[in-house]
Parts: sequence; structure tokens; C-alpha cells
Amino acid sequence: MARYGMAIDLSACVGCAACAVACKLENEVPPGVSRLWIRLEESGTFPELHMQYRPEQCLQCDEPPCVPVCPTGASHVTSDGVVLVDAETCIACGACIAACPYDARYFDPRGFVSKCTFCEHRLAGGRPPACVETCPTLCRTFGDLDDPDSDVSTAIRGARRVDVLKPEQGTHPKLVYLNAPASFAPRREGALR
Amino acid sequence: MRLKRRAFLKLSAASVGAMMLAPEAGALKLPNPLARAPRAWYQGDVRTVLTYCENCFWKCGVRASVEGGRVWKVDGYAANPKSRGRLCPRGQGAVAQTYDPDRLKRPLIRLEGSERGEGKYREASWDEALGVVAAGMLAIKEKYGSESMAFFAHGSGDTWFGDYLPAAFATPNVGKPSVSLCTSPRETAAQWTFGRGIGGHEPVDWENTDYIVLIGHHIGEDTHNTQLQDFSMALKRGARLVVVDPRFSVAASKADRWLPIKPGTDTALLLAWLNVLVSEELYDRAYVEAYTTGFDALAAHVAPFTPEWASGITDLDAGVIRVVARELAAHAPRAVLPPGRHTVWYGNDTQRMRALYLVNALLGNYGVEGGFYLAQPPYIGAYPHPAFPLEPSSGGCSGASGDAAATIDTGFRPSVDRGTFFAKTTAVQELIPAMITGEPYRIAGLVAYGVNLFHSIPDVARTRQALKALDLYVAIDVLPMDHVMWADVILPEATYLERYDDLVAIAHKTPFIELRQPAVEPMWDTKPGWWIARELGLRLGLEEYFNWPDIESYLDTRLRSIGSSLEKARQQGTIVQGGRPYLADWEKRHLNPFGTPSGRIELASQTFADAGFDPLPVFEAPEEPPEGSYRLLYGRSPVHTFAKTQNNWVLMEMHGENSVWVNAAEARRLGLDSGDYVWLENQQGVRDGPVAVYATERLRPDCVYVVHGFGHRAPGMKIADGRGVSDTALMSRYRLDPISGGAGMHVTFVKLVPGAPKPRLPRLGKLAERSV
Repeated sequence: MARYGMAIDLSACVGCAACAVACKLENEVPPGVSRLWIRLEESGTFPELHMQYRPEQCLQCDEPPCVPVCPTGASHVTSDGVVLVDAETCIACGACIAACPYDARYFDPRGFVSKCTFCEHRLAGGRPPACVETCPTLCRTFGDLDDPDSDVSTAIRGARRVDVLKPEQGTHPKLVYLNAPASFAPRREGALR
Repeated sequence: MRLKRRAFLKLSAASVGAMMLAPEAGALKLPNPLARAPRAWYQGDVRTVLTYCENCFWKCGVRASVEGGRVWKVDGYAANPKSRGRLCPRGQGAVAQTYDPDRLKRPLIRLEGSERGEGKYREASWDEALGVVAAGMLAIKEKYGSESMAFFAHGSGDTWFGDYLPAAFATPNVGKPSVSLCTSPRETAAQWTFGRGIGGHEPVDWENTDYIVLIGHHIGEDTHNTQLQDFSMALKRGARLVVVDPRFSVAASKADRWLPIKPGTDTALLLAWLNVLVSEELYDRAYVEAYTTGFDALAAHVAPFTPEWASGITDLDAGVIRVVARELAAHAPRAVLPPGRHTVWYGNDTQRMRALYLVNALLGNYGVEGGFYLAQPPYIGAYPHPAFPLEPSSGGCSGASGDAAATIDTGFRPSVDRGTFFAKTTAVQELIPAMITGEPYRIAGLVAYGVNLFHSIPDVARTRQALKALDLYVAIDVLPMDHVMWADVILPEATYLERYDDLVAIAHKTPFIELRQPAVEPMWDTKPGWWIARELGLRLGLEEYFNWPDIESYLDTRLRSIGSSLEKARQQGTIVQGGRPYLADWEKRHLNPFGTPSGRIELASQTFADAGFDPLPVFEAPEEPPEGSYRLLYGRSPVHTFAKTQNNWVLMEMHGENSVWVNAAEARRLGLDSGDYVWLENQQGVRDGPVAVYATERLRPDCVYVVHGFGHRAPGMKIADGRGVSDTALMSRYRLDPISGGAGMHVTFVKLVPGAPKPRLPRLGKLAERSV
């Protein structure tokens, strides 16, 4: 049993979207919806400028608000801590979409709710999620947060700054952001477990 | 209600920034509660095929995953030195091109009685289409001589249509856009400074460098996979980064120092750095004495070019200019100014690149760890056939650079640009006037292979005029690109996942050979380039050069020259050889890597002086934009390659339209907001667009910026057609670099004409559904 987590080093990310394209093809994500997208933030006035790209996707919360609201149990957490949607039992009621503070879920036009799965189908074979494997800046690390020697634990330990999105939501995301540029308002580190 | 909330969120997210990569708003459908999860491709019997990518020309080794006769996914191949198991977005998305329903599906012949450019065609068999092409080529050979056929080629298949077939047919008029529309200044300058070109894979020793200065080099937006990995790892290791760019590029956002230089003044900055290195005696004296010639002339030449002098020209602080020179020296030789790639800017580009190399040389970094390594090509034998009547002359990114005066008596007329430039390679845009004027002799036929003639060569009106004047115009391509639909005969090529190509030999720190092999059969009635070239060759009476029965035996014979075989290579994908990356490796073997006339690094070039050019770089002030106009700068999107990928639905979801970046204060002055549509109008009154404004602090006020490759006017490309603006369409002029033959393309000035309508275009998601 692992507690899978991911870290994205924002000081390295160039917003190239290799991760987003890899996700799209790996998971046959239909046109018009995305499991993974990239946000650009810019600040300052010429020539004193700062910017960062931030890839966003399901944060695989330790306390996912999308799971208890599911009336059928389709939204569930695996023994490795991965939040998944079972397309067979999903009735596409949309409760989980409304409950997610990160807007990470979408209706698949084929009739169910979907989102990032941490490429759960690859993990058993020892392959990291498609976004991690392809990233040309090596900004993504993945692994077992409970294993201090995993890539992700090592990266988090070595970071000068660790952020999670919307810590006030108490969701305890297992996807964290490392080394965000100093010019962007820090989010509390305390929410990381 | 929930649906509405989600749609609202997506809309508000999409308004965050023009570069925001967000899912398309309004794409939701009511779900069908009865639907069931589809079976995923990876649950099937997946076969892996090793090949190399073609979605840009970096040539990364990949693993294609095939299931049920379809390629589903392409990933990096770990044993390949280019990809190292990773891929950029274009490589990841390339598979969508193979399944693009807008692909050219079978040969087309222009309808009799229709004009070129009307786009009226009928389908034809391969036999008929190839017969028409061969008959046309033979008629031209008969009437004007074989030299009157020109070939423009780009992509892996350019070995067939840029080298093999033209050399067999005996024409020297072969051009690649990757030379004179891209790298020729840096290649020519390197050849005449170091005696070695740069080559297709820039030999920057990223893994050992501690201080990097990028000049107009957009790593991150330019996603050459290995380079991006190296860049990222260097920064992670703590290497310092200085970025010189009028625009706050992605690379600039990672930099310790951003120098927002006035466009066109880079040579002044480089001369000032040379001045500081010399006047403060910060250069590597031992290296300069051991390996260079012309130092005294250089020292005297740069004496007046102080940082204070450069400050007034570049709009940069003299103190910062001085500090960067000192920091470079403090980190030398593990300090490097990489050459960049697209270096055709202002028409004096060889001299600017010389200045950049001279700074590197004074840092003592060429052939030294942390600077430039010495790239070596791998060994691989050619397929045995009689000598071609002419040597291939098109060059490539790594094309040879030569002596303009050197002529070889071949019995054929030299290329129409021969003798003009210090490059053995042909300046592709300089072949066009001969199609119109017949001077020095007429070019009457053209084969365009994988080159978008209207989105790569400046002065599109001239190109159109030339195409109209030809006796024969043939296009070989995958998609019905703008220029393709002008051809007399259109030959549809299979995509890279469906074909073999010739072996590719990569000059590198560890030289290697890559195999291209099909993952699936060609779709529709498309054919691989090798097959098209060979079938044409047989119809042209060139059997003796196409003396291989099929591509498998051709490749197998070549691979056996290095003790491999096609069978082994199909399993291995990439064959890596040993290299000699540093000067010390050469000296051990008593070899001299410097192929200059003097056998040393030539700080001053007597050859250039003898030809009437400056032996040392001189700053030449660029023409200023007229009042109310801005200099048009252009660059890359990380998800697009030139004008080749704008019909790929996956990549277009990431970046579906370019915008014109305008300094925010200028936009306010013009009364423009982000999202307003404008026309761009150049100094000659040529308009293109409409294009959305992106008002940003990330650009100087004297220029505007667009991403290259958009603005297709190609009705057959349903996704690309009509989205964004074409920078090439606005380049009604260019400034020729007289040394390299490069076409300087930073010389366009544009006005923003407000009030343009927002284009009404079909929804991308709807178009994409055709292919899934």
C-alpha cells in the first residue's frame, strides 16, 4: 500500500503543455474537456516582471470532498490513495463536480464523470503517470509520500518552498507545488501532510 | 445549475491570459446515464515500435504504442540520446496528424483549364500522377537542361527530395528552408571562425556549464526536447542565466538577469562585451595564444566599443553590460553564449554571429567542458550505386559551409545563387527570382516537399508570381497546405508513423544513428517518400541510382556497413557510437579540429576581408520603424512546429490561435484592450489578420510580437484555416545577409488597424470530433 503523490517544481515548468498533451492521448480524453491544464500568472510592469506557469489537475486530496457526495459510490479512493471514478457505476449526477474546489472534474461526453487518475493503470507496471514521464523540464516527480526515499518525498524535502492550492479547504492535496517564484503570494505549507 | 457553474468557471479561467491553456468553454454535452466506460487502448494487446519523431526536426527517438492496427500513443525512448525517454508536446501530439481526416488521401491532378491557386483538382492513380510529373521533368531537362528543375525540401524525407533524387537528376538548385531562412548565419560564421559548423544539434555542453547567456533564444517556447531538458537541468544545478531579449520570454522569466535590449542592436552589446574582456584583461590568455589568430586586430577593433557606447545604442545600462562581461569571465570556461537557431534577423547576421563566437572564444570555451563540445557525425556507409552526376547541395541545418569562390567543374551549370555566398548550401529564397526573370538561367520546374512555400519564404507575392511562371509545379505533402493547392500534381505522403525513411546520422557528443520504421500501414492511398522518389527515378531513367529493390534492402545494406542489420536496428531503434567531444580528445590523437584556412580559431577573418567584407564584426544600426509603426518580431509556440501543426486538434486545443503582443502602455495609447481584433498592415500596405490583441507588460514599446505558423488560408485544412495571423504574409521584404545568403526577417514594420471583426469560425471541439 502506497500513498501516491506528485510534486511540480514551478521554477522549472515552462508551460509547454507536453504533460497536457500526453494526458490527452494516454487517457483518450475527448475534445473539449481536459484532465490537465496550465495556468499562466503574470505580474509587474515593464521591465520589472514576474511570471509562472502552473499545471493544474486533480490534486488527489487526502480528504477528497468529491467522494462522500457521490450517491452511488462511483467516486472512491483506492488503497493507494488514488481518487477514482468508476465509469460503470457513475450516474453523471454532477455532485462531485460541484463539490470539487479545484474544478478538476468534467463530464465525459460518453456519459460519466472523469478526471485525472494519476494514470493508475500504469502504476502497477512501475511506470509513473504519463505527464511525469514525458515532462521535458523534469519538473514533475511522483511516488509514495510515505516512503522518505521516493522521488516525490526527496523533491519535497529539497524544495525551498512547498505550496498546496486552497489549503483553507482542508482537502490536504497529494499534489503539491514546489519553488513557486517569490513574487506570487505564498500559500500555507501547513496543509501538506 | 451544476452544468452552468462549470461552464462559468471555464469561461472565467479562459480569460486569465492569452497564453492560458484551458479547455474550451461551452463544449459540454448532456451526459447519457446509460453509457458505459469504453475499453482503453492499453487494456489491449499493445505492440511497441521504435522509430523517431517527425513533428519537428529535432528527431527524437520514440516508442510508438500500437493496438488494433492504430497508433494510440507515442513516448520518448529512454536509450535515445535525443529524447532520453521524454517527449515535447509536439512529439506527444504527432499521432493526431496521422488520423487527421483532412489529410491528402490520394494523388491529385489540377483540372485542365484551371489556374494555379484556384484549387480545382481531380483524383488520379499513382501511375498517372507520377507519369505526369516524370514527363514534365523530362520536358524541362530537354528544353532547358536538368538544372532548370528546382527542389525545395524539408523534413526527414529531404534525403530523397533534397539530396538523392535531385543529385541523380543532376540539378544543383535545391534549397532547404532550414538553411537560408533559419541557421545559415550561425553556420557560416562558425565555419569561418572555428572551421566547423554548429550542426543540427547545437553542441553546447549544458551539463557542465555554470553561466549561460541567451540572445534572442527562446528555450521553453522553442521546445527542442533535449535542449529543454539540458537547460532545465543546468538551472536546477544552479547555473546562472542571463537572457537578452526585447520580450520577457519564458526563458527570461527563469533568468537571473533579463536585458530587454532594443531590437537589432545585439552586435553592439557583443562588441561591448568583447571590449570589457579585452580592456580589463579578463579573456583566457592561454587559450587565445594556443588556439586563435588575429587577437591584436580584434583588441584594436573593439577598443572604442565601451559599455557606455553600447548603452546608448542598446537601451541597456552600461553597468549591467560591464557586470555581465565580468561574470562571464569569472565563470569561464564554464560560461557559454549558445548560438540560437533562427538567426536570420537583420541582414548583417553573419557578423553578429561572428561577434557572439568571438566572445565565446575569448572565454576559452570552444572544445572545452562547460562551453561547446566538438560534435562528431557517426560513421555509416552509403548504399553502393554509381556516383551521382552532382553532389547533393542542399545542406540542411547541419549543411556544409564553404568557399564562395570554389567551383567544381561538373559539366553542369552552377546553382542560380552559386558564387554569391560563403555557403555551399543554397539560399532557397534566391532561387525564386530565376523562376520569374530567367536570370542567370530559367528555373522552370519545382518540387516542393514538406516546405510551406507561403509560410516560410518572405515576399509571398513574389513566390506566387514565380509559381505562376513555372512549367511544372509538384507538391509532396501530408496536408492540403496553402501552397500545396497551387500545384499541378499533388502527391500525398504517408506520415512518419506509416513509413520507412533513410537512416539519420546525428552529429553529437555521442554520435548516433536512428531508424525510421513504420508502426502501421499507410492510410488511404498515401505512400512513403522513398517510394515516391524511387518510382519517379525509375520513370526518369535513373534506374542505375535506384538500384535497390526495396527500402528494406537499402537500409539493411547501409546498416551492415557498421556491423548491424535492419533486423537488429528494428529492435534497437538507435545505434550510439563514441565521440571526441573536447580539444583534449583531439590533441591526444594529434588531430586539429579547426578547419579554417589558418587551422586556428580566426578572430579576424582574412577570407572575409579578401572578399570585401569586414574581417571583424561591425555594428550597423537597423532601420527604425516609422512613426506609428512597430517592428514585427515573431517566435514559437511550444506546441507548434512552423506552419505544420495547426491542423492537429490536440495541439490546437492547447494553443488554437495566435495573438499580437503589444506593450500595455502602447495598447492603452491606441485604445486597444486584450481580446480586441485588429488588422496588421505593413510598410507596403499589405494586411493580414484579423488577430486578437494581447496587451502585455512583457514587451518593449517599440515592437510587436506574434507566434509564427498561424494564419493559414487553406480551406481543406478545416482546423487551421483562418485562425490567427501570418507573420510571413506580412514580410513583403527581407534583408539579404550578403555573407551567408540568409534572409533577414526582422525588418517588417506594422501598424495595428483597429475595428477588425472577430473571425467566425467553426468550433474546434466539433472539428476534432471528426477524428476520434
